[in-house]
Amino acid sequence: MATEAKAHELIVSVSPHVRGKETVGRIMWTVNLSLLPAFIAAVYYFGPRAAYVTGLCILTAVLSEHIYQVSLKKKTTIGDGSAFLTGLLLGLNLPASVPFYIPIIGAVIAIVITKLLFGGLGYNIFNPALIGRAFLLISFPKLMTIWTEPTARFVALDAKTTATPLGILKEGGLSQLMQVFGDKTELYMSLLTGNRAGSLGETSVIALLIGAAILLYRGYITWHIPVSFLATVGVLAWVFGGQSGFFTGDPVIHLISGGLILGAFFMATDYVTCPTIRKGQVIFGIGCGIITMLIRLKGGFPEGVMFAILLMNCFAPLIDRGVKSKLFGAVKEQKK
Amino acid sequence: MSIHHKSNWELLKNGMFGENTIFRMAISLCPSIAVTNGMKNGVALGVSVMFVQTMVNITVSAMRKFIHPKIRIPIFMLIIAGYVTIIDMLMATYARAVYREIGLYIQIIVAFASIFARAEVFASKNKIVPSFFDGFGMGVGFLLAMIVISFFRELLGKGELWGISFVSGNPLLIMVLPAGGFLAVGLLMGFFNWVDMKFYGGKGASGV
Repeated sequence: MATEAKAHELIVSVSPHVRGKETVGRIMWTVNLSLLPAFIAAVYYFGPRAAYVTGLCILTAVLSEHIYQVSLKKKTTIGDGSAFLTGLLLGLNLPASVPFYIPIIGAVIAIVITKLLFGGLGYNIFNPALIGRAFLLISFPKLMTIWTEPTARFVALDAKTTATPLGILKEGGLSQLMQVFGDKTELYMSLLTGNRAGSLGETSVIALLIGAAILLYRGYITWHIPVSFLATVGVLAWVFGGQSGFFTGDPVIHLISGGLILGAFFMATDYVTCPTIRKGQVIFGIGCGIITMLIRLKGGFPEGVMFAILLMNCFAPLIDRGVKSKLFGAVKEQKK
Repeated sequence: MSIHHKSNWELLKNGMFGENTIFRMAISLCPSIAVTNGMKNGVALGVSVMFVQTMVNITVSAMRKFIHPKIRIPIFMLIIAGYVTIIDMLMATYARAVYREIGLYIQIIVAFASIFARAEVFASKNKIVPSFFDGFGMGVGFLLAMIVISFFRELLGKGELWGISFVSGNPLLIMVLPAGGFLAVGLLMGFFNWVDMKFYGGKGASGV
């Protein structure tokens, strides 16, 4: 009867004594659920192929985690939804037209190399889904940048290929972007709803913001990283993004195009790979924003959110160490 | 004088596996990433290092009684530089195509930690024959590592082996880029550690 404690007995145990309801699984599945609107938007705009690519990513991610852990005689952790989330995020980061072996390779790299070889959930330095995508982008630069035009019909068989808004902006400037989309209102509308070329899940800003609102409301993410990230991008786009001198850029285009919203709310905020201290998270967000704009305006790629987050992932432990709060009453050692 | 207690065969094996320059000691990693994007380059550098390593060990061992300990480092450096110059000139004359690609890395063999380390810890304290086997084993170990790494990188990254293409389709371009070099070296290092721990009861790299 040692395990059954009666009401009047004193139980001596190790802290923590009060446990919350939140578990890793609960949080991860909620994040998965919050990405559902973006997934639906992806299927709506890019046709059933969007579902196939994403599904293949998820399936491969979960299977490879399971096989790896079973073959090493470890407890399988596919139930906590983190592998599912990695697969989902990777899928939403791919273009619709990729051949089916690409999601499989990406998901295996993301799960096995980025996460499990480093020790599993909680030990990975980099965001697994983003490493998977970076690996694919560098390995297959052509296939990974064939963007199909959204069709909003369920027959995307002869999809036309085109450039992403940021790609057009980089190649031909704002005037060409206007030519493609009509006027500014129409441009903003198509960027907001997601009616534009791009990775599957990044296009529909509204769908992503619905998911982000769920996460913010539940307190699973805080505003620090997304807001500092977005604000930095906005300010830098306004100051340096214009073609006729400083302070003439259009921050809105930069904010709602590319993978910024998806990256800022769902990937930069990954618990494992971002700083844990609030002040550090703001620094992290600002760093992400600066690198993103540096790549977008000066770099070789039209989009830089992925590399920005990955680069800042390396600095996360360093940032945490730098902003650690001082002990109360502690004074700096005097130099003699 | 002699401080080693191993047979020549053990010295050879030690250089190839037990203290493999790249997979166990993790030194001289720079060339292992820079030139292993093709097997031709990898083997060329591996053979060069093998030559320099062996000759330096023999020379240092032969001269060990004349080298004053206080100035041994510059002397080792000169000996290494001499042999590197020989191999550099030989390659520039007889293997121009390869030399054009990896010439720089041939020249920096002078600064290889592994060559210097063997001269310092082994050749300067041992007789010529064991020094030869030690240097030769180390060189073969380096060559083997270069072959294994460049095999996987060229096969996956270009779909070729020794410049002959036989896999069609899209290769994993990342494997011939520097990032792929780090990936390949890391994964192979892990694999050899695993083999050592699983089949030979070793403790992995930390327990060499």
